[in-house]
Parts: sequence; structure tokens; C-alpha cells
Amino acid sequence: MFNLFQNIHIDWLGKRKIFIAFSIFIMLAGLISTIGRQYTPGGADAFNLGVDFKGGTVVVAKFKGERPSDDAIRESLHAVGVSDPVIQASTDKPDEVLIKVPLVENTSAQAETPPAGQEGGGSTDNKAQVQAGRQTVKSALDSFGTEAEGDASLESSPDAVYKIVGTDSVGAVAGSKLRNQAVTATLFGLIGILLFIAFRYDWTYAAGAVIAVFHDVLMVLAFFSVFQWEINLTVIAAILTIVGFSVNDSIVIFDRVRENLAVNRTDSLFKITNESINQTLSRTIITSGLVLLSVLALVIFGGEVLKSFSLALLVGVVLGTYSTIAIASPIAIWWQNRLGEAKIKDVLAPQTPGEKLASSSRRSVTRRPVTR
Amino acid sequence: MKNTSLWIRTVIILGITLVGIYLVFGPRHTPTSADFTWQGIKNNLANNINLGLDLKGGSHLVMRVKTEDYLKTLTVNNELAAVQAAKDAKDENSQPFPVGEGSYVAENGNYAFTVNVNDPTKAQAVVDAIKKKVDLVNWTESINGGAINWTLPKQMQARLKEQATDQALKIIESRINAFGVKEPTLQRQGSADSGQILLQMPGLENPERVKELIKGESKLELMKVVSPPNPSPVQTYNTEEAARQTIGGKDSDTRKVLPYVERDETVIKAGQQPADQKPTKFAVVEVPAVVDGGELRDAAAVQGRAGGSDYQISFSFKPTGAQKFGDWTGKNIGNYMAVVLNGEIKSVAYIKSQIFDQGEISGKFSKNSAEDLALTLKSGALPAAIEYQEERTVGPSLGADSIRSGVTASIGGLVLVVLFMLFYYRGSGVNAVVALALNMLLTVGALIMFGSTLTLPGIAGLILGIGMAVDSNVLIFERIREELRLGYLVPEAISLGFDRAFVTIIDTHITTIISSVILYITGSGPIKGFAVTLILGLLINLFTAVFVSRTIFNWELSRKTDMQKLSI
Repeated sequence: MFNLFQNIHIDWLGKRKIFIAFSIFIMLAGLISTIGRQYTPGGADAFNLGVDFKGGTVVVAKFKGERPSDDAIRESLHAVGVSDPVIQASTDKPDEVLIKVPLVENTSAQAETPPAGQEGGGSTDNKAQVQAGRQTVKSALDSFGTEAEGDASLESSPDAVYKIVGTDSVGAVAGSKLRNQAVTATLFGLIGILLFIAFRYDWTYAAGAVIAVFHDVLMVLAFFSVFQWEINLTVIAAILTIVGFSVNDSIVIFDRVRENLAVNRTDSLFKITNESINQTLSRTIITSGLVLLSVLALVIFGGEVLKSFSLALLVGVVLGTYSTIAIASPIAIWWQNRLGEAKIKDVLAPQTPGEKLASSSRRSVTRRPVTR
Repeated sequence: MKNTSLWIRTVIILGITLVGIYLVFGPRHTPTSADFTWQGIKNNLANNINLGLDLKGGSHLVMRVKTEDYLKTLTVNNELAAVQAAKDAKDENSQPFPVGEGSYVAENGNYAFTVNVNDPTKAQAVVDAIKKKVDLVNWTESINGGAINWTLPKQMQARLKEQATDQALKIIESRINAFGVKEPTLQRQGSADSGQILLQMPGLENPERVKELIKGESKLELMKVVSPPNPSPVQTYNTEEAARQTIGGKDSDTRKVLPYVERDETVIKAGQQPADQKPTKFAVVEVPAVVDGGELRDAAAVQGRAGGSDYQISFSFKPTGAQKFGDWTGKNIGNYMAVVLNGEIKSVAYIKSQIFDQGEISGKFSKNSAEDLALTLKSGALPAAIEYQEERTVGPSLGADSIRSGVTASIGGLVLVVLFMLFYYRGSGVNAVVALALNMLLTVGALIMFGSTLTLPGIAGLILGIGMAVDSNVLIFERIREELRLGYLVPEAISLGFDRAFVTIIDTHITTIISSVILYITGSGPIKGFAVTLILGLLINLFTAVFVSRTIFNWELSRKTDMQKLSI
């Protein structure tokens, strides 16, 4: 038998102040980053929102002969500073490609004053935006060769390699509606989790697990703001995954605490929780390690488009494990101690910590006789 | 005895595995020898799984809402309403105002209408009377003698066009969702008032039908027919001219001529030939309509009384519409009422008794055309007609290259997991790998069975499901090891390990399933896709990680009843 992490006795909960200080530090960094960026004139936005959320310009480019691969086009756009274009092949016209680039921020500032004519504010701004987007794509595609400019067709200009045959502005795929819906759906989901854990374990555990989830999501967003990773539709999927992972991890440890409490009614809750974390540590490290390993493969080899998705998962997996030990358990214990104190004042009788867990059931740990 | 139950478990597992293999890799046609070749299996797999827009691509449609038509309709309606309001109003002496005919301009970006008052001194009073009845906040008014003019400023035109586009976007969205197009993307294109909408949707079997469905105007009106009441037959005319003669040669503000096409199947032109079409007749109806499609609460296609392929559409009204309809039918018993769809009379019925909220459109509809029509009616009428401007098929929005690298990376990650399990848990690791493989096979099989479309969020759900499947195995194995360390014998340790870990696994799985079900109910598009794969993955994992894995252990135990050492 090959074993790791046996007989470990780490005082996890004793370090809770360090953990909480660390979490607060990261969240403050995120807060400063979002607020700072939002209110710095001329600076970037709080989050680096992609075309999915912001809209931008779509450019249709037609190439002569073989067209460069999606990745080559993406590389050329990176070179001119577009971090997150959407490259979509046009399968019925193989020589054409659709390139979506996000809004260029500062052009809207330049084109802010609409002409005195009654053009209707939006459209001039829009033209400037489309023009800026076209210019960006053109400067990127020029690395493949020259464009057939103006009215010259691609066939009639021997030197040209490509021609931009269409430009237009596009709105957001994921408008505020989808964003809000994702948030409300997740919140309702968390309420469901809260109720179920409260039913199976205890309110204090439910609160611990759900607060840990909030912690994880906020921390991931903090990372995204500080490092200005692009937020696109895939990040929503990643955040949903992180929520699931974090809750799963919390329950595994709570389950062990519940079991140990039922067997051992003399030790303090503090000690039992520490023990439970240590007992499940090998499982925690193996599971989280394996998931981390797979996500790491996705970060390194998954390609540009999945980068936001895999980075969010990477940070989320680490945090989901961390928050169970650093956030969920201390909160559950802290709350139970408060409830316990209140009770002691009421009945003026000493109580063992185990009995404070009103709804923790014993039936789950009844060991059935083994039949052969 | 023990062995029989083991056999039963094994047969169940093998049966489900075979079903899974068929669902994922099997052909949906009579199998040929080609289906057993590597290429054939790959083709079948590709055919069976519906991949979403982000993974596979689909149609790319640019359409435009004819916003100038919307403004024109608005102008015409306001003109009619204003003239009517002016005619209905009384001056301080309870005398009607001397109001003449109105006129309107709706071209070249100019939208305006004029109400003429024969006595210029009364003009301001008429304006006040009109504004009490008609909402004209968006319009600029000017009085020039007896001519009162309302013009829609350019800025307001832009804003109204934008509103109309947004409204059309919502209606299109509800229509394609109701039709069951999986995870389309819908966005505005072009400048704010261009009226352009870009729709991308995954590959469909019948894109033409969806295109027709999207632009179906489906303007429903219930109108009173000018005709002697029942029992005389309804008054119709064979030519448009004959009908128009009866109302003084042209449509007036209160009456107009509409074609009456009986038995027309081609409302939504689904490509069929019209069935036994009778010659078009004409009838005179009263305007404005008694109630229109805006008052609809629900519409559904139902099979006609005659049965067979004859379908009709039954509809019901919202309370306000029901009240209007009820009042009107109460006063008009015996009169004829026309059901008008897109400016054509579809059916005429006489009112037998007061009706409040129910009605139906008969006429010979096919099942598809009735369903599509009901759907477009329910989603509300488009503010203006839609035209298609550009159509192309596009590759995956995530990019073919990055999908390939994503797949490679995922397979790499999976291989790492498998290698670790085999290395760390030895013989039992094989057990876990079998359970994991079966889990993935069955999850994909279930997705195919339910006709779900797999998109990136769906894959995220799949990843979390696989992660939790690995976790279940780790939980069980670590627990068995613990029990072994405590000195239990192998069979006892296995039994205890499974029993104890099962409690944890159930709790984690139920928690996640509960939240996923909530995500599925409250979420849309990508969120639903995530929830579906996760729910399926977890349900299947309860089967594979617990039932299947346990059965494999039991097989090992039954071969060596006095097992002293377990390879774990």
C-alpha cells in the first residue's frame, strides 16, 4: 500500500487568523483594482470585458488563395494589442473569415461631440468605432501582405493578399440580461444549497459553506480585475463550476466532522474539526491535485480562446479547497460557539460541544453489521 | 445466493453499457458493415452528438427590421386616431369641431401628419382635445392657420427605431426559443438605429422553416363584418371593386375592404401547395378592429373537429382584451365577425352568444403551419416586417484551432488522472478507471438521448461531473484504506468503506443536483447547458462510482473468499 499524508496533525483552525487576513488582503486588492480602474480617468475598466459582453466591430476579410489559420490571425491581432478577438471561419466561403474585435475605448472619447446636424448621437460614435475596429484589424492583417484598398477588387490588384469586404458594429451577445440572469440563478442555487445543508447538517455549516462559495467567487473576480484577464461567456461557465467544486469540498469535511462528533462527544468542536480536516487531507490533496493537474493541462495546452476559462478554473480549484479549511470551517465553528454561549447563559448548565449540533444526526454513522 | 445477486448486478451493468455504446457510437440507420470500421464509428459519433454554435458553427443570418415601415404605421395610426379624437370632441357649447380630412407624410426620413380644422380660431381647442386622447409627446406640433401639424423629430425617429429593433429582438428570441433552437446568439448589429439584427444558430435540419417563423408577421385582428345579421348569409363580394362601391369607392376611416381567402394553407409559406383554394372573395369590415393580437394571452394549434390533417388555432385573451371582446360580442349577437390575419380574412363567424376570452381561427392549416402560426401569435406581432440581408454558414465561434487544442489538453489531463489512479491505487485503480470510463460514456449517451446540444458551458459541467466522479472514487478508496489501517479484514473494510463514503457522496451529489436544478429552472442558454450535463453526470456517477465499482470489488471477493490483502 502506498500512502501519502497519514497521521498528520496540523492545527488548521489555529491559523485561521492568518488565512482570513490573507483572504481579506486579496479581496482588498480586488476592490482597489476595480474601484481604482473604474474611477481613474482614461484608465481601463474594472474588468476586462470581452466582445461577448461589450460588443465591438465585426470585420469580414477575404483572402486570395489559402487563408491564414485562425491561430495565425489571432497571433497577428495579439501583435497589435487585441488580446481577445473572436475568429470565425465562414464555411460556405472558405476564403473569408469573420473577425470580431471588442470596442476600442478611447475612440468614443474622441468622437464624443456629435455634429450640430440632427444625426442622432449614436451613429457618429458608431462610425468612429467601426472605423477604429477596421483600422486595428487592417494593421494586424497587413502582416500577411497588403490589402486591396478602396474600390480595387482583390483579383485586379496583383500585389494584394486580402481585402476587407465588410465591417459593421455588433452588440453584446451576452447583454446585461444574461449577466443578471447568471447572477440570480446562482444566488437561487446557493439558497437551495443553504437549505439542504441546513436540513442535513446544521444552519451554521450551511452558512459556512455558502459564505465560502461567495468568498471563492469574489476572489476569482479579484484575480480577473487585478490581472485584467478577459471576461467572456466561458468565464460564467467556469464560475458555475467553481461554485460546485467549492461546495463539494466543504461537504466532504463537514460530513467527517458530523461523523466524528457522533462518535466522540468529549473533545471540543475545535479539536474535532481539526482532526476531521487532517483525516480527510489525503483525499483533499488527491482530488484537488488531480483536478488541478487536468486544469493545468488546459491552461498550458488549451490554447488562447480557452485561456480565461482555464485560468478561472485554476484559481477557483485552489480557492475551493483553501476556503473549506480557511473560511467554511472557522465560520461554522465560530457560529456554533456563539450559539453555545447563548445557550449556556440561558440554561446555566455546562454543555459538551457535541450537543450543540442540534440537527446532526447519528443515524448516518451507524455501522451496519458486515455480512459475509 | 450471494452469487445470484452478483450476476443480476453484472447483467444490469452490461445491459446499460451496451445501451450507452449504442447511443454514443451506434448508427441511427440500419447498421451496415461500414458502421463497424473506425471511420464509421467516428462518423456516427459526430452525427449523434449535437454540438453548439461555439463548438461546431452554424448559420449566420443578418436581418433588418424595416423600421421606416414601423414609423410609417405609427404616423398613419396617429393621424387616424387624431382625426377621430378631433371629430369626437365637443367645444364648450357642446358643438362638434369643424374638422376636415387629415393627411400624412411618411418618406425620405420625414414623418408628419396634419389635421385640418376649418375654423382657425378653434385650432388650439382641437389640439387640446386631441392630446387628451392621443399620446403625442414624441411629436413636435405646429399650428399654421387651420392646419395642425405634428412632426416626428429626427432624434425621436432614431430612438423609436432603436426601440422597435429591441422589441423585434425580444420577439425573435422568444420565437426561436419556443421553436427549440438550442443556444442561438442574437445581437444587434450596425448603428443603434439601423434596425439590424445578427442571429447565429447551430446547424438545423430545416433552416428555411425557422427563417419563415422569425419573420412571420402574424398580425391578428377581430373585426366586425358589414353585413345583414344572421340568418342571412354573410355579405361578400366577388370583386374588390364591387365591395368598394358600397363604401363610396375608397377605404374610409371607419370601413375598409379586405380579401376573404377561404381554405388557405399557406399562411406561413412552408413550401406546400395551397390545398383546394377557393376563389378569393371580398368583404367590408369596420375599422378599427374590435381587438387585436396585442391582447392575446395564449395561442395553440389544435386538431380540427373533422380530425385528420386539419388543424386550427385556438386563442385566448388577456383580461383587458376579454373585457373588450365580451362587451362587443354582447352588443353584437347575430352579427358577423371576421378573423383577420395579416390583412386577410381567414374565417367569418356569426356571434351566437356573448364570448369573453376564447376564440379560434379555422381554415385549413397543416400541423406545422398551425403550430408556427400559434407560436408567432403568442410571441406577439413584430413591430415591422423583417428582411434578410446576409446569410452564410460559419465555423465554430471558439475557433476550430482552439477547440482542437482544448480537446488535446483535456485528453492529456484525463490520461494523467488515469495514470495516477493506477499508480496510487494499484488494482483498485483499474476499478476506478472502469467506473470513470463508464461514467463518461453514459453521460454523453444521456445527452444524446435527451437531444441536448453540447456547448462549452456543457463541457464545463462535464468536467465538474468527472471531477466529482474521481472524488467519489478517492473518497471510497481512502476510506477503505482507513478501515484497513484500523485492522478490519478486507471484506469488512470494503463494505465499511463503501457504506461510509456513500453518505458523503450522497450529500455532495444531492447538494450539487439541487443547485443545478435551480440553475436549470432559472437560467437560460449557457447556464441551462451547464446544469443539464452536470445533473446527468452526477446521477450517472451515483450508479458508476457506487454500484458498478462495488460490483467489481464483490467479484474479486467472490473469487477469493479469504482475501488477506487488497490491492489498493
